[in-house]
Amino acid sequence: MTSNFNHRQSAHCESGVTANLLSHHGLTMSEAMAFGLGAGLLFGYFPFIRINKLPLATFRTAPGNIFKKVTGRLGIQVTRHAFSDQKRAMDELDRCLAEGVPVGLQTGVYWLPYFPPALRFHFNAHNLVVYGKEGETYHISDPVFGETVTCAAADLVRARFAQGALAPKGKMYRISHIPSSIDHAPAIIKSIREVCRVMVKVPFPLLGTRGIRYMAGQMEKWPARLGERMAILYLGHIIRMQEEIGTGGGGFRFIYAAFLQEAAEVLGDRRYLDISARLTSIGDRWRDFAVAGAQHCKGRAAEGESFADLSRILRDCADKETLLFHDLYALTKN
Amino acid sequence: MLKDEVPQDKELFGDQREVCYAVDEDGRYVLAESSGWDPANIANNQAWEAISREIADILAQIRAGEMSPLAYHMAANQMDEKLLAEYAGLFRWQVRRHLRPGPFSKINRKTRERYGSLFSLTAEELGEIPDEPGPAMLKAMKR
Repeated sequence: MTSNFNHRQSAHCESGVTANLLSHHGLTMSEAMAFGLGAGLLFGYFPFIRINKLPLATFRTAPGNIFKKVTGRLGIQVTRHAFSDQKRAMDELDRCLAEGVPVGLQTGVYWLPYFPPALRFHFNAHNLVVYGKEGETYHISDPVFGETVTCAAADLVRARFAQGALAPKGKMYRISHIPSSIDHAPAIIKSIREVCRVMVKVPFPLLGTRGIRYMAGQMEKWPARLGERMAILYLGHIIRMQEEIGTGGGGFRFIYAAFLQEAAEVLGDRRYLDISARLTSIGDRWRDFAVAGAQHCKGRAAEGESFADLSRILRDCADKETLLFHDLYALTKN
Repeated sequence: MLKDEVPQDKELFGDQREVCYAVDEDGRYVLAESSGWDPANIANNQAWEAISREIADILAQIRAGEMSPLAYHMAANQMDEKLLAEYAGLFRWQVRRHLRPGPFSKINRKTRERYGSLFSLTAEELGEIPDEPGPAMLKAMKR
């Protein structure tokens, strides 16, 4: 059986799933608002955590956080399950669908047959909504796709029980109750302050703008330390984390700037619009980094263009973001 | 990024499009469709080339009798020993053993089927390697 589900394509999977699920239950929300309320923006560089033997750089918070924070801060009740048994995981999913309740799932993308082959890596923090089942076929609203898709039960089981880093362990979640009156403003303020804290206030060298500077410093040394071939692989990996599907462009800076515009409206404070515009130009700067970096990857870096030049762009981003998040934090205080 | 500047460099998604955030003439954010962006495409291709290179190395080692065909299926599915062991429900040392030609030829039927069902291969196909190297996924794309 299938329930009606209003599928809206989004840039990022988890904020898209969160916004679509809430909208389905009557609380209309944009993806950008879900991303902002979920305090999804981050920078972290963790060279000791390896993804396919490459250092982890992340522009967003850990999977599951956006949904958890949005629902928590708005006082929305959710039901969550994780499973060790595959059959029970699928039975519970079927039970919810039989009641007509759409369900959010964490899955790996490697086993999802509808994903473009070129994007099928072992990445386990993907989120999607299952909203119906016919025979052994599930109807899925995968927010990064333009249309709804279908997936055979056998493939979905594999995706739900993908192994490796961030293994989803059959995690599923759904909305169980939305309070009748919701006040967005305090939740927005709280979420903005959280992002500012992580970006500029936490005195941990691998996080926020400190993390950007740390990565910039490391990057300068990559060619000498790792050799040209590995240095380029490292660089390509950073560009993928920043720009590949799911980020909305500019390492999530644009989607967060879109959220700040909505926040300005909700809070009735035009000053947030200025911050948003500044963040847009910082996002463009990150895009400059990706363009210059990709030239290196192709071996087409212009004469005199070195990893040090790339680091300079990153430091520029870090400097501008440091100022921006201090200013943004100050705004939330009055 | 302005809405008019949203890149349309088709490569990774086939006919699919992703959405990204861009500002319109009035400075308002809108969702804009994109068929891809070259820097991201270049970085993605680079990742696949690295995988292809690893597979080619492994195929050469298999032909030289240094590794078993399982090593090919592992690499073609972007796995390492640890991940393969988790998927197959075996210990890492078992997988490591099976990557050697000798022990591989003595794997019992049940374990062979276990590997086979993981890679959607019959027990016989598990012992075969292709002439042309390439990640399993990208071959599917060319089909």
